[in-house]
Amino acid sequence: MQDHRRDYVLRTIEERGIRLVRLWFTDVLGNLKSFAISPAEMENALNDGMSFDGSSIDGYSRIQESDVLAIPDVNTFEVLPWVDGKSAEARVFCDIANLDGTAFDGDPRQVLRRNLRVARDKGFSFYVAPDIEYFYFAPPQDGSKPVPLDNGGFFDLTSTDVASSLRKETIRTLETMSIPVEYSFHEDAPSQHEIDLRHTDALTMADSVMTFRFVVREIAAMHGVHATFMPKPLESIQGSGMHLHLSLFDGEDNAFHDIRDSYSLSETAKKFMAGLLVHAGEITAVTNQTINSYKRLVPGFEAPVHVSWARNNRSGLIRVPVPKRANPLATRIEYRSPDPACNPYLAFSVILAAGLRGIEQNYELPLEADSNLFEMDDVALDKLGIQQLPQSLSDALKLMEGSQLVAETLGDHIFEWFLRNKRVEWRGYKTHISQFETDRYLKSL
Amino acid sequence: MTVYKEPGPALKMLAVFPAPAPIELARTLDLSGYRWKAFATGEEAWRNEPEGGWSGAVVMCDDDPEGAWAMCRALRRRDVPVARLLVLVTGAQLGDLELRDELYDDFCLTPFHPRELEARLTHLFWRELKGSRESLIEYDRLVLNLETYQASFAGRSLDLTYMEYELLKFLAQNPGRVFSRETLLSRVWGYEYFGGARTVDVHVRRLRAKLGEENAFLIQTVRSVGYRFGQAGWSA
Repeated sequence: MQDHRRDYVLRTIEERGIRLVRLWFTDVLGNLKSFAISPAEMENALNDGMSFDGSSIDGYSRIQESDVLAIPDVNTFEVLPWVDGKSAEARVFCDIANLDGTAFDGDPRQVLRRNLRVARDKGFSFYVAPDIEYFYFAPPQDGSKPVPLDNGGFFDLTSTDVASSLRKETIRTLETMSIPVEYSFHEDAPSQHEIDLRHTDALTMADSVMTFRFVVREIAAMHGVHATFMPKPLESIQGSGMHLHLSLFDGEDNAFHDIRDSYSLSETAKKFMAGLLVHAGEITAVTNQTINSYKRLVPGFEAPVHVSWARNNRSGLIRVPVPKRANPLATRIEYRSPDPACNPYLAFSVILAAGLRGIEQNYELPLEADSNLFEMDDVALDKLGIQQLPQSLSDALKLMEGSQLVAETLGDHIFEWFLRNKRVEWRGYKTHISQFETDRYLKSL
Repeated sequence: MTVYKEPGPALKMLAVFPAPAPIELARTLDLSGYRWKAFATGEEAWRNEPEGGWSGAVVMCDDDPEGAWAMCRALRRRDVPVARLLVLVTGAQLGDLELRDELYDDFCLTPFHPRELEARLTHLFWRELKGSRESLIEYDRLVLNLETYQASFAGRSLDLTYMEYELLKFLAQNPGRVFSRETLLSRVWGYEYFGGARTVDVHVRRLRAKLGEENAFLIQTVRSVGYRFGQAGWSA
């Protein structure tokens, strides 16, 4: 089997005239990293992995040994569709290992693998379908505000045409790269777009999210446009989220589905939701990892602020969508806080772990919060026992630091590095004097 | 449906023993359209090997059985041995066939009937063709080359991941048959995979997207059972 897979890759390289193979992996912050090797080196890479110095990768640094191995995951080998035939290229995702072949603790993909194994040992496969929002802007100039394409003047063509043809080209490319698209549309906000991916297992989906961000940016850049996954690029306009539709499968069956329940939700689904609600605060630093993330999580923009669930209430953290045609396979929950700037491997890991904790320890699902939470004051919310998500990266880091669950899920290496790195980011922000302050205080005080 | 164009006998080069070839044998081979050359020893046959190798050999034992079997051994004892070897034996020599199974593929009694010899040779080459046929799967406008692991549809290369390729191959090898997800998972995957049985649906969806929506009919969902490649009752 292994040999067939290797042959498949090597023969494809030969038959398709591949000149470069890009080895892709992800740093702890979720940035795509890559180095290219020649086809001649690929056979070696498949047999033994390629060693490289990990000390330059964010979150890979260690005190002693800094060399690590990139081991291609043959199942992810694909020809890159946007490179022309003459200089064809392919890419393959890699798992990062120590030189002795054991999983490297600093590799987010290995972290997700480990957590998926935990789920599988309990009989579950974890499926994810993200709705990813992003903006198209004119190429950014240093220090200036983002310029949306829809604001006219940037293109001679009507801007809607340009943006939707960009989106169409993006979707075509995604589909040839094994990433089927469910829906796509222009969001309400100027220049904002949403592409919804069809559900698949969490490891493949985390890879797909990495590919997605790369493809969206690459195709925009080819047309002189800048695509951004920054969670809240424009002050008065809704930010970009990455709502995640989640389900657990037990063999062919959807473990979240129960026909007897009025919401079609099984006990497993309810406990999973309860786990997410109990641990939501602790995992938010991972699902929303930038300072800017918390400027999206405010009332008034359809982003969740409170830790609650409901069927039809889009202000809650978890929504239970009504499946079309009562399809048992479509029963799922939608976790609404994550944004597309997160590291998908780590975000999927902590979300899964929180849900599984709920199942393991029989957490009880609180009552549905079906009235609009944005319109209630703090007293009313307190009465319902509904808490808020962390209000800043700093708050989120404090909650994460105290979380045994997150420490176990990420492993000590990433847990500690992440907290250290993000505190540095927060300190940098804390001393920054914003335009807001200057405008407000300089003259009056 | 697939139509295989069989290369005619003229493209096949046969090595023949003994040299010179008995007149009846020479005439039969000529009339059947084979190109052939007679040799006294295996060594001579190898020295005169045509480009692309000997397609087959006809070795007649009648007068010199020892020389004939030596020839057979020489033709077989190579990295790429001669694959289609027919021996001609007299009724009295039938016993010589015993324990020499590896040295010949078929035999014919001498004196032979020319039509019988021709039919046996045709059949030997048909078997070979069937062997190579398995390395190419064609269905509608879909072509899978099992040798190069490449797939194309209507002449356009399909960029498939390994598992997509394996699934498509398995389905296309068994057109018209319905497979459950569990069967596909165990026959096609069969190693650590995080997706569980739903993986099959995910891959089918991806394949349909790559084939193009207008060709999605190639892989059909059979409600509450699984998947079928092509239409029921069709076979390639």
